[in-house]
Amino acid sequence: MAKVKSLEELMKIKEKSLKDLQMRDTEKKGKIVVAMGTCGIAAGAKDTLQAIVRELADNKVDDMSVVQSGCMGLCEVEPTVEVHMEGQAPIIYGHVTPEQARRIVQQHILSGKVVSDLMVKKGEI
Amino acid sequence: MSLEQCTVCARHETLYQELDAFIEKNRHRPGALIEVLHKAQSLFGFLPAEVQAFIAKQLGIPESTVFGVVTFYHYFTMKPRGQNQVKVCLGTACYVKGADRVLERLKEELKVGIEEVTQDGRFSIHEVRCLGACSMAPVVLIGEKDFFGRVTPDEVPKILKKYRG
Amino acid sequence: MSATDKTSIASEAPAPRVEARAATNTILLCAGGACISSGEESCLQALRATLEKYALQDVVKVVETGCMGMCDAGPLMILYPEGVFYQKLKPSDMEQIVSEHLLKGRIVESKLFVDPSTKVKITSAYDDHPFFTKQVKIATRNMGVIDPMSIEEYIARDGYFALRKVLQEMTPEQVIDTLKKSGLRGRGGAGFPTGLKWELTRKVPGKEKFVLCNADEGDPGAFMDRSILEGDPHSVLEAMAIAGYAVGAQKGYVYIRAEYPLAIERLTEGIKQAKEYGLFGENIMGSGFSFDLEIRMGAGAFVCGEETALIESVEGKRGQPRVKPPFPAQKGVWNKPTLNNNVETYANIPPIILNGPEWFTRIGTEKSKGTKVFCLAGKIKNTGLVEVPIGITLREVVYDIGGGIPNNKSFKAVQTGGPSGGCIPAEHLDMPIDYETLKTIGTMMGSGGMVFMDEDTCMVDVAKFFLQFSVDESCGKCTPCREGNRVMYEILERITNGEGEEGDIERLETLGQSIIDSSLCGLGQTSPQPVLSTIRFFRDEYEAHIREKRCPAKVCRSLIRYHIDESKCVGCTACARVCPVAAISGSLRKPHRIDPEICTRCGSCIEVCRFGAISKITPI
Ligand SMILES: Cc1cc2nc3c(=O)[nH]c(=O)nc-3n(C[C@H](O)[C@H](O)[C@H](O)COP(=O)(O)O)c2cc1C
Ligand code: SF4
Ligand code: SF4
Ligand code: FES
Ligand code: FES
Ligand code: FES
Repeated sequence: MAKVKSLEELMKIKEKSLKDLQMRDTEKKGKIVVAMGTCGIAAGAKDTLQAIVRELADNKVDDMSVVQSGCMGLCEVEPTVEVHMEGQAPIIYGHVTPEQARRIVQQHILSGKVVSDLMVKKGEI
Repeated sequence: MSLEQCTVCARHETLYQELDAFIEKNRHRPGALIEVLHKAQSLFGFLPAEVQAFIAKQLGIPESTVFGVVTFYHYFTMKPRGQNQVKVCLGTACYVKGADRVLERLKEELKVGIEEVTQDGRFSIHEVRCLGACSMAPVVLIGEKDFFGRVTPDEVPKILKKYRG
Repeated sequence: MSATDKTSIASEAPAPRVEARAATNTILLCAGGACISSGEESCLQALRATLEKYALQDVVKVVETGCMGMCDAGPLMILYPEGVFYQKLKPSDMEQIVSEHLLKGRIVESKLFVDPSTKVKITSAYDDHPFFTKQVKIATRNMGVIDPMSIEEYIARDGYFALRKVLQEMTPEQVIDTLKKSGLRGRGGAGFPTGLKWELTRKVPGKEKFVLCNADEGDPGAFMDRSILEGDPHSVLEAMAIAGYAVGAQKGYVYIRAEYPLAIERLTEGIKQAKEYGLFGENIMGSGFSFDLEIRMGAGAFVCGEETALIESVEGKRGQPRVKPPFPAQKGVWNKPTLNNNVETYANIPPIILNGPEWFTRIGTEKSKGTKVFCLAGKIKNTGLVEVPIGITLREVVYDIGGGIPNNKSFKAVQTGGPSGGCIPAEHLDMPIDYETLKTIGTMMGSGGMVFMDEDTCMVDVAKFFLQFSVDESCGKCTPCREGNRVMYEILERITNGEGEEGDIERLETLGQSIIDSSLCGLGQTSPQPVLSTIRFFRDEYEAHIREKRCPAKVCRSLIRYHIDESKCVGCTACARVCPVAAISGSLRKPHRIDPEICTRCGSCIEVCRFGAISKITPI
């Protein structure tokens, strides 16, 4: 990997990864972020992550990336999952059990409809 | 003797070799004793006197120094532990949310006390202070990474079942 | 000015992300799939036509957006700058919206968006979960936003820009000056001014110096450092490199609890990635400055959070505190000048460097600048991690952010500062949370753990709990701490067992004070605080235990009895089946009874009875 030596080089990395972070001009349709801090894991985030990956595979969705993040702090509603479709505001869901995770894939990813009863927050944290 | 110790016996040689290699690699790092003890405990499950003597010899420090450090830190133990170490958090948040009752239930289910190993060597129970997942209180940790949050006493059998094999 | 006013100032400050909002009215119309299918396009045409009719087409900008996320209520629109949210639009509604809202500034009530869960009309699109709205995120700016295992995402959020600025544009003195001007104080508990500490360490002569990060986080009930390290490890790494440059150190150690394997994993990966980009290690960004880090694992000793004990532990020894002075700045790791800061303190530094010290001083109070991260745990609805401006009132934290106390119980107290701190009772709910004010009532800011207690928490029991902690964790070096705490514990044990005597409270007070006065390190010097503070605010509870052998919160097992109300019991047998010691007898559909001799007061039965027939009685 090239070593960073100047502001310009740092800016370049920033611009490129900002696009990915904000879901603009990427090759993907969107991304699903699972909060995987210790408390998230204690609340069952690992099972949730697995369910998402499996449900996407079962439905042959390959243009969604699944990534992890630290926690967003609202432990009460863990496990939390953020769905960020390209060009749209991210939606954060709470209390996402594996079952609800499958619902989110079906309803939000496949049919484009927000699962409003699980929604905790819209937009960036 | 517990099962745990027997499996250690069988793999004795290789475990010592692995420990020795680790010591060799870290010898140049000043103050590596605690790191070495962490490694040894992860290999052997506990730190019996022979292992301590071995470490002292390899690092060229007095055995009493090693013993002094092992006894100072709660994390290090000289007693064998179960294959699955069940750690119950008794930190403030967990205590306020009733962790003592979870612990009690656990002791009944496994029929052993704190720091004791079950007959079959499968489990041992340990009290810990705050696992850093206080918002999920009460918290139980099995092994190093299996966290269970918002545990009620009634969930204890269900949780243990997964590890009963 | 209250803390919340300052929040709004803070959000105007040149924060890393500034949202562009139009000065005049902008209308966002949702053009997501669902809204299109429910008639968005004809609404758009009608809106354009109406705007033209009132000659507003050049003043009001109409933007089509992607799905707003509330498709059930579509088509939707948001009017800026007010952020008013209208739902279920029809082309015929446009006339009213333009003539009433745009021209006269009157909200069209009938079209307002209704929150599906609360059935409340929402006037602002920014009405999020109240948990988020009062927070100001600096130290936790990236938490939950980026992938902690991706340095690129950290860079996307201005990561390593501060390090670059420092290395290429600033002298060490300028860095220290910036920190001093910012007013940042240590977040590890004591609140020592960070810039000053850096300056002291820089001024001590010596070629070899060290930078430490205290990630021991032993206070039970606190987990902000873990969350920062797990969610944004690079923010701490970047700041430690900045610190190394400023004080003249080439090497650092992160001392982290062994109980945090995930944080250790992410830090290790972070160091590796930063090295690959040349942002860490040898000759960082070609500046000639090198900085490397080692991770040292703790081994479960609370006292190792105290900085001199931590240094002993980094050196591989028993973690017993050293006598100060000399301070770590003079003689730290291997007796070399050493800078030690807390995780959260570090996490604040890159934004301060980038945004300037004035930006930071606008948040917080006169003497305590910036924000503090708190962990809400215990009996509170929204348990979690929050970052709020220092000076916010406890009431705002409990009720606005924390959502109040669950199960319709009432707030009794909150413990801050863990086993070194004290409790804050309801009468002080309106007190601003800052270093100085908390001290005046016998507690401290501490590292940020807030454990909430409701009416079911016994304060004597809580005090006993903390003391047990201090007894276990005393390193044994000084007698008052080792023996004194044990004696205090024994007195509390007697009181909670119903064997308390007149004079016990006074004995606790005198003994506590002498432990405070004669212990060597911070552990001993603060360990009696939880007892003294609960005596100060809940003396009546102590008296009830001692004089009436009554535990008002019905917690202390020796002072309570479980009882079944025969008139309420329907004889479902649920309790008898769950009792682990078979203390409950009775046949199906007949009232049950608990044998107090066998009962261990575990409380299992009370939870399963769906008829509310079981209760606790005190005194027995
Ligand atoms: C018993 C005891 C435990 C402590 N535990 C911690 C801790 O877990 N984390 C921490 O950052 N500071 C802890 N401190 C405070 C440290 O000694 C030190 O003041 C702090 O790390 C300095 O960093 P700061 O100036 O950035 O706050 C503790 C102090 C005492 C007396
Ligand atoms: S409190 Fe526990 S021991 Fe006592 S009767 Fe109820 S279940 Fe049995
Ligand atoms: S659970 Fe309640 S109602 Fe049922 S037998 Fe016990 S006391 Fe009676
Ligand atoms: S701190 Fe991670 S969700 Fe609680
Ligand atoms: S108190 Fe139990 S996890 Fe913190
Ligand atoms: S398509 Fe408009 S809110 Fe979803």
